[in-house]
Parts: sequence; structure tokens; C-alpha cells
Amino acid sequence: MISALNDAATRLGLEPGLPLANARAICPDIAVFDADDAADAKTLNDIADWCDRFTPLVALDAPHGLLLDISGCAHLFGGEVAMLKTICDALRRQGFVVSAAIAGTAACARTLTRAKPGCIVAEGQEAAAVAALPVFTLGADDAITRGLRRAGLKTIGDVAARGRHEIAARFGADFVALLEQALGVRDAPISPRKPLPDYIAERRFADPVATDAVIAATLSRLAQTLIASMNRDGKGARRLEASFFRTDGAVRVIGVETSLPVTRGEIIDRLFRERLDALADPLDPGFGFDLIRLAASRTDDVVAAQRDLDAHVHDSDEVAALIDRIAARIGGNRIVVHLPQDTHIPERAMLAVPAQHRFAAATVAAWPVRAEAEPPLRPLRLFAQPEPVEVLADFPHGPPAAFRWRRAFHRLALIEGPERIAMEWWRLGDRDDLTRDYFRAEDFDGARFWLYREGIHRREVVSFRWFLHGLFA
Amino acid sequence: MERARSVFLRDEEIGLREDHVSQHGSTLARLRRDIGRLEGDALSFGKEGPPRVTLGHDEADATLQGGLLRGALHEVFTSGAQAATATGFIAGLVSRIAAHRPLMWIRQDFSERENGQLAMSGWCELGLDPRAVVTVRAPDVEAALQITADALACDALGAVVTEIWGESRHVDLVASRKLTLAARGSGVASLMLRIAAAPSPSTAETRWVVRAARSPPRSSWQGWGAPVFDAQLVRNRHGQTGQWIMEWNCDECLFRDASFGGPATHPQPMAAAPADRSHQAAVTLQRRAG
Repeated sequence: MISALNDAATRLGLEPGLPLANARAICPDIAVFDADDAADAKTLNDIADWCDRFTPLVALDAPHGLLLDISGCAHLFGGEVAMLKTICDALRRQGFVVSAAIAGTAACARTLTRAKPGCIVAEGQEAAAVAALPVFTLGADDAITRGLRRAGLKTIGDVAARGRHEIAARFGADFVALLEQALGVRDAPISPRKPLPDYIAERRFADPVATDAVIAATLSRLAQTLIASMNRDGKGARRLEASFFRTDGAVRVIGVETSLPVTRGEIIDRLFRERLDALADPLDPGFGFDLIRLAASRTDDVVAAQRDLDAHVHDSDEVAALIDRIAARIGGNRIVVHLPQDTHIPERAMLAVPAQHRFAAATVAAWPVRAEAEPPLRPLRLFAQPEPVEVLADFPHGPPAAFRWRRAFHRLALIEGPERIAMEWWRLGDRDDLTRDYFRAEDFDGARFWLYREGIHRREVVSFRWFLHGLFA
Repeated sequence: MERARSVFLRDEEIGLREDHVSQHGSTLARLRRDIGRLEGDALSFGKEGPPRVTLGHDEADATLQGGLLRGALHEVFTSGAQAATATGFIAGLVSRIAAHRPLMWIRQDFSERENGQLAMSGWCELGLDPRAVVTVRAPDVEAALQITADALACDALGAVVTEIWGESRHVDLVASRKLTLAARGSGVASLMLRIAAAPSPSTAETRWVVRAARSPPRSSWQGWGAPVFDAQLVRNRHGQTGQWIMEWNCDECLFRDASFGGPATHPQPMAAAPADRSHQAAVTLQRRAG
């Protein structure tokens, strides 16, 4: 089945939907390529990225269309006519075949692209503009289009002239909604790919820029602009995204997060410098960037708290700023604080969570209190994966006398245990796990280990396996 | 003098309200330090407290001339097999230094795989506060050093620990000089835990080589006691070196003397040398027992 074809093939009389065998019969030497839906979708996404330079509200209209909400931004590109021309020309230069139209509603614009590309419909003229167009341009199901034609309704104007309830009874309410949108009677919002950022600052360059110094200077100027507009509303940025639009159409988006709302340009500046320095695949300017945009995609109200001099608020602010900088450099998941968990399974007793989000929670967490005058009962270092060891015991089911770990042999001088830790049978995943008997052991060098044997003899296992789970100080 | 100081601070407070806080953190600390230097008394060191922190072990404190210096680099070396012991020792040191202020533990990824992660339940058991610990998992040594230098610039932290496994060409004199300067500038202590590495030239204030020491003999039902370290001070820029057996007291959170008899040996119950054998035979028997 043919899914797409070029102009030459169209001239031969081939059309999409034709079986390949028929096409070969018409023209034996056509060149055939497999359709690749994933690649098509990716290309459409890339074009949508590129279109972000015109408006932040870009929606995908799969499989081949894009909807741009240009309300309020056409004047930035010299009016609607000039804007349409700019977009079409730029896309054509990149080798795409474009048909575009501007109208008051998305459905109307889409209908126009199928029949009258390049058409710009003034406000309120939608119904007149589409009235003369054939019904297939509405883009409804084939069955509906065929049905309309069979009923003698050849143009959209014909359909619009009928009573809505008649149409709805025969073709469904969805089609009526589509029709009304195309006529401009009703409007449905487009669903943009990305949520609209709260604040945006951007800078266009007549000549593409490529040097780090200019990029850094631009970012810091944009940061100042952004901060100024956020300050007016008493907001601070929690997540910032810098988009770099390359002249050849590639777009790179780099984001940073902060744990407290940022209200100063210098901090944004510094975070981005850290992030750009630490990028695994550095920003590649190619032939240069012609647009750099800075957007605050998440903002918070700034609480102007009274700062006491020796208060620890001030300290935690500084630590939060440090955490942000480190997170910008190596990633938020690599800087963690710890929360206690209500479980007796050793490896689950501690939860590492990103410090950026949970620092405040971690500072007030309630950890279990240790028993006074007791030696440490839990190891200081714990292996994520208990390491298997070979154990020698004095008698078969007794405590270990010596063990071999990582090829080193440890003879034990002191041993305490067993401390039995049963798995949590009420958890689904734990049903098959075996009970563990833990031993605290000290070898003749004074090194201390936390060993366990897995399973209860005869009830759960026939022979034990031993593991080293942690090391004591 | 006291009056002059309060006037100083009030001016600063006005600045704080108008401007952002973090810029003034360093200014504030600098002013405090300046005043402290002018007044020359321990009271005016501000939130950092006195410049030296006692370990609790009398002899070691005397050798260190009053304790471990804040705002300096301290190194702790240990063999690969005794990483946990050195971790415990350094945990004791930082808890003495940091008091209750946040603590940043910067660890190289490889060290986590090799020696396990820092378990906060064990941290609790040592009598320390896990709420103050922020752990950074640095992908490599270079990043770990860079983050350490950054963290040392933040005077809100109590201490910064950098855990590095093995030898690395990045940890050289230049790197240690950088950390020393950063630590001196902010007054935050920098502790470097070097696992499976040999000491190399550096600008560290003190350098320790830590090994585990045997638990003191107890009755058999008692099992073991608090962690015991064989801590060897091999470098001290402002004093002598020494070697002590220290015990970490989990209840009082300080180091105690734990040498029973000699500095490095403990009397361990072992088989008595048979009287009727030759001297040589007795020695081999003892070796095997010990």
C-alpha cells in the first residue's frame, strides 16, 4: 500500500492508498521505500521544536500537520502575511513541501491548507472562506465524506446549509463539532506540546552567534529581563529552560532547577554556567544560534521573610544555593539527603531522595533513637547488593569461625549473633525471600563485619548460603 | 567594643533585608572574623566557634595543641580493606567539628561500589545525627574535587568530607593547595578520606593513617564494644606526630583513650607457650595464635 509519493509519481496517476502491486503494474520501475512512522513522527517533532521560535503554543496535528497559535505574536514578524511567508519559505528551504493557512480557528485553518494553501482568513470570514471547498477538505472519516457525497452535499457550504440535527443524526455529533469549528462558529483550544512557560525572555540575532562569551552575556541579559518581569509579580523561578535555536533548525533545550525560588539574575547566570560547563555533549553552535530564549517554566511566590542575623534560615538558604549549583553540574539525583523508612529490612531502612526537593523534610526527619551505652548494632557502610562469602564454621549450623571475602581470608576473633530478621511477608515481592540470621563479627585485625546466612535450616533451605552485608567502623 | 560591634551588625541587617541573602553570607562571615581578630577573644568567632576542636582524647589533643583546626585540610589514609574503620574515624572527626551544622559527604561513585554506601542507621548507632548529612555522588575524582572546592566556599556548612578511592593524578599538591585556601577562606573544615592510597605531598594540616584496632578483652557474653581505632598521626604542621589507640564513645560523641597496656598491642587471651619446648617453637605457636 502506498502511503506517500512524490510529484513525479502523482503525475503518473498513482495515489496514496493504492496497493503496491497495482502501482508496479502502472509503472514497473518505481522506486519503493518502506514507510517509517517513527521517523516521520520524530521529524514532525523536530519541526515543531523549530516552530517554537514563532510561538510557544505549538501543537502536533498528526500525522503531517502542526498547529501554531499565533494570537498576539504575528506583529513580531511583520504581520500575518509576512509571518506566513517567513515560515513557509524557511521550511521550503529545508526541503519540505508546505501548505499553510491562517484562520480564526484551528479546524478552519486546517481545512484551508487542504484546498487553498497560503490563504489568510480575516476574523469572522471563516464560513465564507470554506463554503466553496469540497467536503473532503474537512478531514473527516472516509465513510463520512463518502456519505456526504452520496447525499449530494458536495461542498462545505452545502453541508452547512442543512440543519445541524439532521447532520448529527446521520454523521454523529463529532462531525457537527468539526463542521462548526471549520465554520468559525465554535472554537476548540489546541493542546500545545509543552505547557506554556510563565515567563519568557528571548533575543534574536540578525547574525548568528557562536562564541561562548556572547552566549553567556546573552543569557545573563535575558536573566535580568526575566527577573525584572517576575519581580513585578512577586515571583521567583523554580525551573528555568534555555532554548538555543540553531540556524540550521536544530533546537537544544537546557534546563536547571532550583530548590528555592530564584530572584536574582546572578544566580541564574551562575547555574547556567555550571550546567553548560558540565554538559556531557557540549552545546554545538554549528553555524551559530539565531535565537536564544530563556523561560521560567515553573515559578513560586517569593515569601519576603524577615531574616534574623544569626538565624539558621540564612544558613539553610546558603546551603540550598550550594545544592542547586551542584545539582546543575552533576544532576539532581546525585546530591541526596536521607529519610528514615519504617521497616526493619536493613537495606530499606534509609531512603535517599534528591536534596533539592527534600532538604527541609530531611532536616526534621525522625530517626530511630539508639539505645544508650550499647555498642553499634548496625553497620556504617552497607552494600547495596550483599556480597556472597565462603564461611567456615566450627560445627554445621553454628556461627562462622572464618570466612573468605574478595579472596582475603578473615579469621574471626569475636562473634555476636544470630539476630534474626524475617522478610516482610505482607509485601507481595517478599514472599519468596528467605529469613536472614545476622552475625556481628570481628576478625583478628579488628575489622568488623556484618554477615548473614540465608534461610532457616530444614524449613526453608537445605544448605546455607552466607553473605556479607555491611562493615562496621 | 561590644557596642561598636552591634552597630556594625545592624547596618548589615538593613542590607540583608534589601538585598539577597547569599551574597551577604560571606560578607557577614568576613565581618565577624574581622571583629574576632580585633577583639581577639573566643566569643567573637561567631557561628563557627573556636578555631580548634578537641577530639576528647587528651594526649592527641595535647599533640594537636588544643585540637583539630577548622578551616584547614585534614587527610585520613587507610588501606582498601579497612575503609569502614576510617569512615567511622572521619565520621567522629566531622561530628566533633561540624557540631549540628550541615555536613556534605562527597563520594566518588567507585568508592560506593567498592566499600558500600554510607548507612544512616549505622550513623545513628554511632551517636551521630543523620539529618545533617547531604551526600553527593560524584561521577569521578575530578568532579569530586571541584564540588569540594565549591562546597568549601559555603560557610553555612559545618564540614566537607571528600571520599576518594585509590590513587589519582588529580589529587596532587595543586588540588590540596586549592582546598586548603578554600577552607581557610570560609572556615569550613575539609576532610579527605583516601582509601587504598599512599600518602603523597600535600598542604594538609594533619594527616592520619587509620587502622582498626582489636576490641579490648571482655567477658565472652559481652561481645564487642564501641569502635576502636589505631590512629597514627603521621603529619602535623604545627606540632609533633604520634600514635594512639582511640575508642569512639557513642554516648558522649568524643574519642577516648583505649590503649590497654601498650600503644599498639593488646593483651589477648592466647595459649601459653609450653615450657618444655625450645624458644623457636614457642614463637611460631604465638604467631599462629595471634
